[in-house]
Amino acid sequence: MNLAEKVRQKYSAMVSDLASNAGEPVVIAKKESVKNFMAALRADSEFSFDLLMDLFAVDYLFWEEKEKRFEIIYNLYSLTKKHRLFIKVQVRETDPTLDSVAGVWPAADWYEREAWDMFGIRFSGHPNLKRILMYESFKGHPLRKDYRYNERQPIIGPLN
Amino acid sequence: MGAVTVDKFSFMTTKLNDAIGWARKFSIFQYPFVTACCGMEYMATACAHYDVDRFGAGFPRFSPRQADVLFVVGTISHKMAPVLKRVYDQMCEPKWVVAFGVCTCTGGFYDNYATVMGIDTIIPVDVYIPGCPPRPENVLDGLMKLQDKIQNQKQEV
Repeated sequence: MNLAEKVRQKYSAMVSDLASNAGEPVVIAKKESVKNFMAALRADSEFSFDLLMDLFAVDYLFWEEKEKRFEIIYNLYSLTKKHRLFIKVQVRETDPTLDSVAGVWPAADWYEREAWDMFGIRFSGHPNLKRILMYESFKGHPLRKDYRYNERQPIIGPLN
Repeated sequence: MGAVTVDKFSFMTTKLNDAIGWARKFSIFQYPFVTACCGMEYMATACAHYDVDRFGAGFPRFSPRQADVLFVVGTISHKMAPVLKRVYDQMCEPKWVVAFGVCTCTGGFYDNYATVMGIDTIIPVDVYIPGCPPRPENVLDGLMKLQDKIQNQKQEV
């Protein structure tokens, strides 16, 4: 039984599906309980995922087989157990909102700001959800597939 | 300029404009605004092997208020644009701008939401040095073009 199956067995209420990617186990989690799920995975001594290595979003706009447009991917690692797990959460275009995990891992703070900046994913409960790479007057979210790659925005002048 | 020998002592005649231009073109205090990989080539040019000091430009000033020439070296993003404008505005006249590398000239191979398509959309540019990155010889060529421009322009005093 691999890591993803163990996680599903223990937290079946919060997991919707399993997958794998390049030999790494992937757990597809339910959006509603994502924060509790992450907090449990961190606290659980069987898994003890104490390190959030990465958090990012993917836009599947042109993938017809995908029912929901966005996927948020959490890359978890355990420094004590030396194992890794990818967790995906799918959200719809009409409501790209899910709970912030910045309270579970402080590292999520800037990752979630980046996902908001680039994809427009809103993380409710985030302490300071504003743009991190682009400037505040930027319109839109540039890594969304429907943002034209050659779209230009006005050059901003000195700010003060 | 012309050198005239009269008996035991020599002297030169010149025009004020030419003399000031001569002085200015050999005392280029540069402000290196380095944002990207072109900076390595800038360093190669500035170091002993190519020795930009031969042209009187070996003294980088890291305060725009003390600099004569703004070297914009590397890609300028939209978020960086107001900073570059601010640095340019802080420089004292007379001042010149060199666009170093193709990113600063035209945006280069970047064609996206983040990159400024040439710094001449923000500030006036005197010399463009294309290349990705330009070789040091190319940089020195551009520097000599700048010297020509400084020598031959009307000198504001």
